[in-house]
Amino acid sequence: MAATDTHRAIDAVWRIESPRLIAGLARIVRDIGLAEDLAQDALVAALEQWPQSGVPDNPGAWLMATAKHRAIDHFRRNTRLERKHEELGRELVTKEMAVPNFDAAIDDDVGDDLLRLIFTACHPVLSPEARVALTLRLLGGLTTDEIARAFLVPEATVAQRIVRAKRTLTKERVPFEVPRGAELAARLSSVLEVIYLVFNEGYTATAGDDWMRPALCEDALRLGRILAELAPQEPEVHGLVALMEIQASRSRARVGPSRQPVLLLDQNRALWDQLLIRRGLAALDRAEKLRAENLRAEKLSGAQGPYTLQAAIAACHARARTAEETAWPRIAMLYEALAQLAPSPVVELNRAVALAMAFGPQAGLELIDTLMAEPSLENYHLLPSVRGDLLAKLGRFDEARPEFERAASLTRNARERELLRQRAAACARESAPPQPQ
Amino acid sequence: MRFMMIVKSAERSGPPPKALMDAIAKLSDDAAQAGTMIGGGGLGPTALGARVRLSGGKVTVTDGPFSEAKEVVGGYAQFELKSKEEAVESAVRFMELHKKHWPGWEGETEVRQMFGPEDFAKTA
Repeated sequence: MAATDTHRAIDAVWRIESPRLIAGLARIVRDIGLAEDLAQDALVAALEQWPQSGVPDNPGAWLMATAKHRAIDHFRRNTRLERKHEELGRELVTKEMAVPNFDAAIDDDVGDDLLRLIFTACHPVLSPEARVALTLRLLGGLTTDEIARAFLVPEATVAQRIVRAKRTLTKERVPFEVPRGAELAARLSSVLEVIYLVFNEGYTATAGDDWMRPALCEDALRLGRILAELAPQEPEVHGLVALMEIQASRSRARVGPSRQPVLLLDQNRALWDQLLIRRGLAALDRAEKLRAENLRAEKLSGAQGPYTLQAAIAACHARARTAEETAWPRIAMLYEALAQLAPSPVVELNRAVALAMAFGPQAGLELIDTLMAEPSLENYHLLPSVRGDLLAKLGRFDEARPEFERAASLTRNARERELLRQRAAACARESAPPQPQ
Repeated sequence: MRFMMIVKSAERSGPPPKALMDAIAKLSDDAAQAGTMIGGGGLGPTALGARVRLSGGKVTVTDGPFSEAKEVVGGYAQFELKSKEEAVESAVRFMELHKKHWPGWEGETEVRQMFGPEDFAKTA
């Protein structure tokens, strides 16, 4: 194997092994910054030795063994450091002797270690940007440069964020553990938020961007699937996975031949990825069954979680073979449940669209009209755009026209602006009799 | 990037050793836990299959078994991974299990990238 091939193989091994390696080390040294440094040391050793010796049969165990030796060296060298470190060093040596089988050391509770790592990297003491960067770095195996390219920020910024995040975790003495009891729900929602943020960053990236951006969807899906394996009893984890799988199933259909965005109802459904849809529907099924079980055990309130609800909405589209077959009354109902759970004018706007599709434009318009004074939607082009559409469907063209014009002035997308202007012009033609100038 | 792993070998009468099946089950669990394996399955004997071929303007159907074929597809798996190297590494691990648990077995895993949205964007 040529040296460059070996380097590429090492990259691949690193991508596969590093999260488990860092998680296992963090359990022992109780510091994810140090754990990552030790894992990096092991990687450097691999880069030095493997080109000559070849990739070992069990590369994960090799890396872990090497990192552990470095850890022992580290603690022995720092005997004059604070007493806490000394204790840790002794614990490490004891553990080392108690667990000579490095294979087993990696496999032992690796799931728990990974879960601890996810919860620590997504700790609310960190800013959302820091959580995202740390999670992608430690659990996604992405390099600082890759994260920077994906989020369109300089590499130094990401490096800074990661260094500061690690420092904060140490300073705030954030324990390396899975939260329990009442704390779990809030902490879990922080983890889910980070994963969905990563997904959306990739999902909203338009075609033609650096490929690292759309790849974020896959990174988020991978993280979500890992979490679903680690915390299989949490309905919202499966709900989030379902939502991401179903949304990702449409990636291919979302962009037209000249890279223009294609709206959901106009998409060629033959391009939807049926494998991801099947996985998404299965995850949604698990989420809903778990919730039903929890309800029976009276562990939870009756409310479906926000990710599961959004996944259920996405599933209504995924199940419809044509746009006409969409179960709009069910979607309207799900948006109503979502609005009760997490009230938001944007959710209401979506509910209005679903109501209009289910029960006619008048039903949607009545809800839209209650949103017109909503300050947060003041500059949101979709509000006048939807209102204009419903008015036009009701034949009220002279009211529809100014709505389309307003929407056109608000949108930042040139193609959409053109489309809205055309609709305004069409309304002007339909208005009869013409308004005296 | 999505990859299809296609496992080919000579068609055998004997079932694979239990140790191999256990090791593969463990590897699949690990891959599912790592969020990388998104689907896959094993294929039945070619005796239960058929080939539908277009050649010389003529469509012909031949029932199995495909006794003339040296190696046939026995199973497949779909992975979502960052690079071809990562896919190759996964395939190497899969074949290492065969080496360890099924002495004398020969075969190959073909690693093929599947088209994703980014490839459609490129050709557009």
